[in-house]
Amino acid sequence: MSQRAPVLKVRDLAVHFRVDTGRFLRHDYRTVRAVDNVSLDVYPAETLGIVGESGCGKSTLARAILGLVRPQAGSVVWLGEDLTTLSDEAMRLKRREIQLIFQDPSGSLDPRMTVGEIVAEPLRVFYPSMSRLQVRERVAGMMKLVGLSPDQVNRYPHEFSGGQCQRVGIARALVVNPRLVVCDEPVSALDVSIQAQIVNLLKDLQKKLQLSLIFIAHDLSVVRHVSDRVLVMYLGRVMEVADRERIYLDPRHPYTRALIESVPIPDPVAERARVRQSLQGDTPSPLEPPTGCVFRTRCPFAVEACANRVPVLETVQEDQQVACLRHTEISGLDHPVSVDS
Amino acid sequence: MRETTRDAFDRALDTRSMRRRSLYVDAWHRLLKNKAAVVALGTLGVMVIMVLVGPWLSEWDHEIPDWDHYSTPPSLETGHLFGTDALGRDLFVRTMIGGQISLLVGLVATMVSLVIGVSYGAVAGFFGGRIDNIMMRFVDGIYAMPFMFFVIVLMVVFGRNIFLIFVAIGAVNWLDMARIVRGQTLSLKNKDFVEAARACGATEWQIIRRHIVPNLLGVVIVYVTLTIPQVILVESFLSFLGLGVQEPLTSWGALVNEGAQELETAPWSLLFPAAFLAVTLFAFNFLGDGLRDALDPKDRV
Repeated sequence: MSQRAPVLKVRDLAVHFRVDTGRFLRHDYRTVRAVDNVSLDVYPAETLGIVGESGCGKSTLARAILGLVRPQAGSVVWLGEDLTTLSDEAMRLKRREIQLIFQDPSGSLDPRMTVGEIVAEPLRVFYPSMSRLQVRERVAGMMKLVGLSPDQVNRYPHEFSGGQCQRVGIARALVVNPRLVVCDEPVSALDVSIQAQIVNLLKDLQKKLQLSLIFIAHDLSVVRHVSDRVLVMYLGRVMEVADRERIYLDPRHPYTRALIESVPIPDPVAERARVRQSLQGDTPSPLEPPTGCVFRTRCPFAVEACANRVPVLETVQEDQQVACLRHTEISGLDHPVSVDS
Repeated sequence: MRETTRDAFDRALDTRSMRRRSLYVDAWHRLLKNKAAVVALGTLGVMVIMVLVGPWLSEWDHEIPDWDHYSTPPSLETGHLFGTDALGRDLFVRTMIGGQISLLVGLVATMVSLVIGVSYGAVAGFFGGRIDNIMMRFVDGIYAMPFMFFVIVLMVVFGRNIFLIFVAIGAVNWLDMARIVRGQTLSLKNKDFVEAARACGATEWQIIRRHIVPNLLGVVIVYVTLTIPQVILVESFLSFLGLGVQEPLTSWGALVNEGAQELETAPWSLLFPAAFLAVTLFAFNFLGDGLRDALDPKDRV
């Protein structure tokens, strides 16, 4: 995969929000580093999975890639062009090539528009000269492609189930033939049985349309199923990036290990026999991230050095990069029980 | 092969769902299913036709008195269906003419406040930040100005004119509308579907036009139907102070005021204009209710 040139190169991306924590008449501005120093590559027709617990900056990263929030630093290079330097208008036009699928399937559809109008919206935005008939045909084609009946175009979103709404969202994202689709937790709000349908639909469409996908989730088994490579985030930083199988079989970062260990095994005997080293405590406040390695406060392997040095992503083997000072020592330890899926 | 009921049902469903529907066509169909709204709509239609055609049907004029009949009760013999007022003018014709003015003031002033208020409020709420601050402080500024003072200044500067009433009422009413719309917009703009539209490449104006404004409709419609009666009443208040419609022209509000003064001697001069006013206000309220339900696709499944 990596011999080809990446379509998207994100380098040292940082998105900070200024929040006012002051009380009455007193301002106390502090900075939340929602995304800090994130670098990643997406190759043509591959899926990059991004996992991490809620609040770790996954969605902010997605929005920064689409230019919906402006990063403070770093670059988002799309086909050789740095998107962060573009004007708002130029960025808007780039969204023909990069589209977004949302977490809340019905919330992301305008309740006063019919499904047909919703799917047609990107067409009307990017191809205002298209005739009504062409738009209708294209929309009908997209509906079929995502497994909806074209004669449902005149229904309203509230008449559909969550899974169907997500299909509409997918149709809307794909109607303008984008090359990269960022899926922001596309299945987290759906029933498990529907999740599989949507995930498989995305995989099919990716194959058919040669799409690159960024698939954000907090569910490791879903990510394992769809991704070619997986990126693990914690408190806005990248902890580990690796090939799909490698990250499950040979995780080097303590956080990745903890994540994988937390996935239940669908076999009560094995599940009971398993020794867990669960994480202690809560995620620290992003307003006051720990010094050095942000994970050190919950890391079972943390030593004093972790508080003083910020670990950088190091390549440990082909297709695996880890940001941990002690990764060489940790890799020798027992493997966590791997997930069978 | 014999067609089963099920097939026929499916076929019927199919042709129906294939038909092109828009929000407004849909809303119209839903409105027609609401009995109260249909009755209200019919009443308003009849009312409009009556006030337009009525004066032509009567042999009397709204300003020339009938010298033989002062303050006479309604009677078919004299031809004064609603009686006459203290000056001998035919009340039927005056009620119709007054209706023209009242409805015109109600509709035009409300339209003025609707157009200004919705666009102003939507822009302020949507762009937020400093723009919002400046725009809303401007609204607060105008709001603080005494309404009567404002009207009197207008009258003094421009002289008495029926269009001044539209301007005066519209200029005050849009402030409320702008505030309501701004508040709604603030909550709408953080909805996921607005972000989705942005991710689809829509421009800010397209988002306002296609997503914000249609979603405001429910609240705005209800407010409009409350505004029309309110405007009609404000107009009558202005007329009472001698700042509104001038004699011999009249309005329902002015007629009710005159009638109230003669309540004991000539109750009919209050009864008829008041009845027309009340029926109209009722009809607007029911229509507003119906429109709100009809414009919300979620309400009926």
